[in-house]
Amino acid sequence: MAVTAPQAHPVEHGGPPSRPTGRRRYTVGGWLRVAWMVPLSFLLVPVLVMALRHWLSYPSSPFSVLNPLDDSGWNEDFWRFAKQDLQPLITTWTVVVPFAFLIGIGGFDYWAHYVSGRPTRPEDHSGHGARTWRDYFRVNTDHKVIGIQYVVTTIFFFIAGGLLAMFLRAELAKPGMQIVDPQGYNGLFSVHASLMIFLFIIPAFAGLGNYVIPLMIGAPDMAFPRLNALSFWLLPIAGLMMLSSYFVGAFAAGWTNYVPLAVQQPEGNLFFQMGVQWAGASSILTALNFLVTIITMRAPGMTFWRMPLLVWANFATSTLVVIATPFIAGSQFFILFDRVLHTNFFDAGEGGYPLGYQHIFWFYSHPAVYIMMLPGFGIVSEVISVFARKPIFGYRLMALSLMAILVLGFSVWAHHMFVSGMAAWLRVPMMVTTMIIAVPTGIKVFSWIATLWEGRIRFKTPMLFALGFVSMFVIGGLSGVYLGSIPIDIHTSDTYFVVAHIHYVLFGGSLFTIYAGFYYWFPKMTGRMYNEALGKLHFWLTFIGFNATFFPMHWIGVRGMPRRVADYDPQFGNWNFMISIASFFLGASTLVFLYNMLVSWRSGEPAPGNPWRALTLEWQVSSPPPIFNFDAIPQVVGSPYEYGTRGARHAVMNGAPTTQGREAAPMEESVP
Amino acid sequence: MIVIGFLAGLVTGGVAYFIPWLPDQASEEAKAIDAAYWFVVIICAVVFALVSGVSVYAAWKFRAPPDDEDDGSPIHGHTGIEIVWTAIPTILVTAMAVFSGFALASAEDLPDDHGTIQVTAQQFAWSFTYPELDDRTEGELVLEIDKPMQLVLTAKDVIHSFWVPEFRMKQDAVPGIETTVPITPIKIGRYDVICTELCGLGHSVMRAQARVLSAEDYAKWAAGEDEEGGAGGEGTTTEEGGDTTTGGS
Repeated sequence: MAVTAPQAHPVEHGGPPSRPTGRRRYTVGGWLRVAWMVPLSFLLVPVLVMALRHWLSYPSSPFSVLNPLDDSGWNEDFWRFAKQDLQPLITTWTVVVPFAFLIGIGGFDYWAHYVSGRPTRPEDHSGHGARTWRDYFRVNTDHKVIGIQYVVTTIFFFIAGGLLAMFLRAELAKPGMQIVDPQGYNGLFSVHASLMIFLFIIPAFAGLGNYVIPLMIGAPDMAFPRLNALSFWLLPIAGLMMLSSYFVGAFAAGWTNYVPLAVQQPEGNLFFQMGVQWAGASSILTALNFLVTIITMRAPGMTFWRMPLLVWANFATSTLVVIATPFIAGSQFFILFDRVLHTNFFDAGEGGYPLGYQHIFWFYSHPAVYIMMLPGFGIVSEVISVFARKPIFGYRLMALSLMAILVLGFSVWAHHMFVSGMAAWLRVPMMVTTMIIAVPTGIKVFSWIATLWEGRIRFKTPMLFALGFVSMFVIGGLSGVYLGSIPIDIHTSDTYFVVAHIHYVLFGGSLFTIYAGFYYWFPKMTGRMYNEALGKLHFWLTFIGFNATFFPMHWIGVRGMPRRVADYDPQFGNWNFMISIASFFLGASTLVFLYNMLVSWRSGEPAPGNPWRALTLEWQVSSPPPIFNFDAIPQVVGSPYEYGTRGARHAVMNGAPTTQGREAAPMEESVP
Repeated sequence: MIVIGFLAGLVTGGVAYFIPWLPDQASEEAKAIDAAYWFVVIICAVVFALVSGVSVYAAWKFRAPPDDEDDGSPIHGHTGIEIVWTAIPTILVTAMAVFSGFALASAEDLPDDHGTIQVTAQQFAWSFTYPELDDRTEGELVLEIDKPMQLVLTAKDVIHSFWVPEFRMKQDAVPGIETTVPITPIKIGRYDVICTELCGLGHSVMRAQARVLSAEDYAKWAAGEDEEGGAGGEGTTTEEGGDTTTGGS
């Protein structure tokens, strides 16, 4: 199903798609079809569910208690029972409505044609590439369009999650309850964490990877462009589902959603369980796509040992996603069944085993930490090598340490459960593997620093974020060693020390690399340069605000402040007040980033093809790249990091060697 | 430069040592845990100082002058260095793991003549049952100084977690199973029992008092003659009521 080989004149090939007119506009894939299919499916679900329950004579069907003699018709019993019925209804809604949306927007059109035996339309590439801004709101098979769709969507959810964090810190600024009630507070941090993890960090990396990987390996697109489009459209569904839990009271059992609490929670919890399914499906499909693309679509000469480390990183990450993500899907389905079908997987009173959930959950969620980290390692390797003008130090060991983390990452999950009451003998082996995983991670950090040595370092914004990442990640990694040690973990687990640790890893770690990636590829993606002064300002504000916010949390955690509390001991009042002030400062620093991105995208200076004088393939084409990436598939002849060696080449483009000049390789007519 | 790194590490370590990082040390187990804590702190502080020192130095030393278009030296790696920085961290983490393993064993080592207290967690209260006092149940944890105790935890509804920062010990209370945590108090005083596992909307106020008494005071309390008994149990419930319950010891 791959898009066909690159075309010499891609623009002539597709041309703007002809949009249907008249009533047909409502039946072809697009927002008009969504506009009637989604409300229709929304209304059909209660009718179906209630009719089925009524037919099966379920006592809780609201229709069974509807008193026809009551004048109002909608008596109290009806609403009481309707509320009981909310769980099956929400479950069915969260399955059916998204499908209606996906069908409506046209995500399944091609396959539906194929399956129904109708003649499939020949691929005219009308859904490939963006000609106007409207194309970003359609099902589009161009990995570059999908990459931008991903990035913009994830920034939206990043802002949403960040605002929730601002509310959290506002509540915590003073001891006592001021802004929200305790359940509301629990909802705030649960939705904050879920959005940041499932709707920002993981898909932001998927978005950057989507844009960059085919370019980096010299491919015209991803292996499965239609699947790629579908993967993207699953994502806003998951995010809106998590946010829409606020209609019935947000899910409030933490992003870990531990049982039995999760089973006992109000209906909002279902939105987490189902939101995770949609986000997980999106991420698994993208990971499969990455794997197949990386394995089968590398340009001639692009051996595994010539792949840029970003490609290696996404290769490792995608393998993790494909193996691990089904476990969180399973764990949430168990909870769903316990809630809706009254199974007893986790009900101790009925022979269920609550700790079983934790094992399944962490078997996903520890590898998930690396899913949120390895692509960042890849980005940082690219950025540091380019801006230090040096080959990455110890390239092979860098790639191998990624694979070591991938393997070891599956053997450490129970370090989240040292005090959970699990089998005591499991603790020490898990501590040993946890400690050992610090070794490949350390190798990476040392190699980045060694890459700086004798380099000629340019402190552009991506480089600042990459170096900021290295230093913050060292702190996050070392506090991870603390938590890996069982005696220390007994004291610090579930305290603010853990909050500090996770934010040093995911904010100082993942988010800094995402920022580095955004700034680094901004010229490539938009064809315009961002404002360097604002970028540097953004970095310093973020760096200072981040440390002022999260560093003190180590201390208050060790001193005795538990995490996930809406209220706390007044002895921590001053620290929390200071942390809240710093966090507002940190929140405000994001405005600089948004302003820079928006204004530069509209009216930034036009970007040359290769503003960073990088060697990797994505910089050898124009900014933004041609619709099928390369006029002719490049021939890869060497390492992607040969900075400092005169005459060394990574690839031959259209017969011309890759250059370190700022302009793209000359566009020449190619012979197909 | 490596010397500078080590000096920075010493300064950092010194500062770290003189700030009261940890809460009071009020149990025998806390000694082992604090030993592990400081062992890891010192190693990590030195590693951090070394790494950040080298990074800052490299970033400053090898910065490119403005408008410089040159590349750095084409160094691709150095097998010797790579072996060193694989081997040394391996030794360090092994040391930390071994030390932690012994500290854990020492913290959880409970003499055979220990007492037992049943701890029951429910939303959002703790109750403590004393089998040696005819299953007397209280809303506060009362311990005799220097007497090793085995706390046997369980939960009625959802998962909770028992934590007294001054004791350094933490253990989840899980419905359907019993978990244990050893406590040997060594300092008389009042401490907070804190729930550290999210258990619902009352999670942040799910607290109880732990009182460590001298042998005489404990005997008085056990005999039901404690004038202070049951006081200060904020947010706690007692199944049979505070000091009206007379133990039959």
